[in-house]
Amino acid sequence: MSNTTDARRPLSPHLQIYRPMLTMMMSIAHRISGASLAIGFILLAWWLLAVSIGPEAFATVNAFFASLFGRFLLFLFSWALIHHMLGGIRHLIWDTGRGLDLVSIEAFAWTTIIGSTVLTVLLWLVGYWLKGGA
Amino acid sequence: MATPLGKVRGLGSARRGTETFWLQRLTAVANVPLVIFMIVSIVSHIGADYGTVRAYLAQPLVALAMLALVISAAIHMRIGLKEIIEDYVHDDGLKIVALLLATFFAVGIGLACTLALVKISLGT
Repeated sequence: MSNTTDARRPLSPHLQIYRPMLTMMMSIAHRISGASLAIGFILLAWWLLAVSIGPEAFATVNAFFASLFGRFLLFLFSWALIHHMLGGIRHLIWDTGRGLDLVSIEAFAWTTIIGSTVLTVLLWLVGYWLKGGA
Repeated sequence: MATPLGKVRGLGSARRGTETFWLQRLTAVANVPLVIFMIVSIVSHIGADYGTVRAYLAQPLVALAMLALVISAAIHMRIGLKEIIEDYVHDDGLKIVALLLATFFAVGIGLACTLALVKISLGT
């Protein structure tokens, strides 16, 4: 068996060689949004656990969610979630072998950016509407 | 297709790639309606009183959707975090620790949410 531990294999050009493009930004954004959703999951768990524990525990999380920072954090969480969802749907389309041409991937990128923002605002409007405009 | 060196090091395919790929897609599709439901559920109850939120979450269909979301999302998150760690953490020791923590986190948060939902549903 030949010793190949220090084999000098050819390397392909890495990220810093390329001009930053929207599609590569969206690729990393999908990972960043996905990873940050782990923090969002903590918010959901905190909410559910507090409700299961009792009124005092719930009062803490409820006050935090109702605060300006709390609502900002919840908005970021829901935006990351919808962003990741649309990016995921894009992946599901790609899985079928469709939409892999340059025009489509650019369109997917813009759809994810604009669509996620619009959809998140829409969901908050629905939420506030269900709440009774409080 | 493993090189002799790769064979000795035990590297190469774990032969479970297709299963993981499919599970990530399955949970992704399930998550689409469930996360929309979850966002609206939380937003519509910001600042609501305890009794209202508890009664809402105790409804069977609401509890069922939340439970489905929590389990599906935990599985999806476990696969996603694993993929990210495997791509970016190159030190073997650090990678194993990170993978352990990611799995503990996913299982822990999934169980915690499940326990909370069961407690709320049973009214205990």
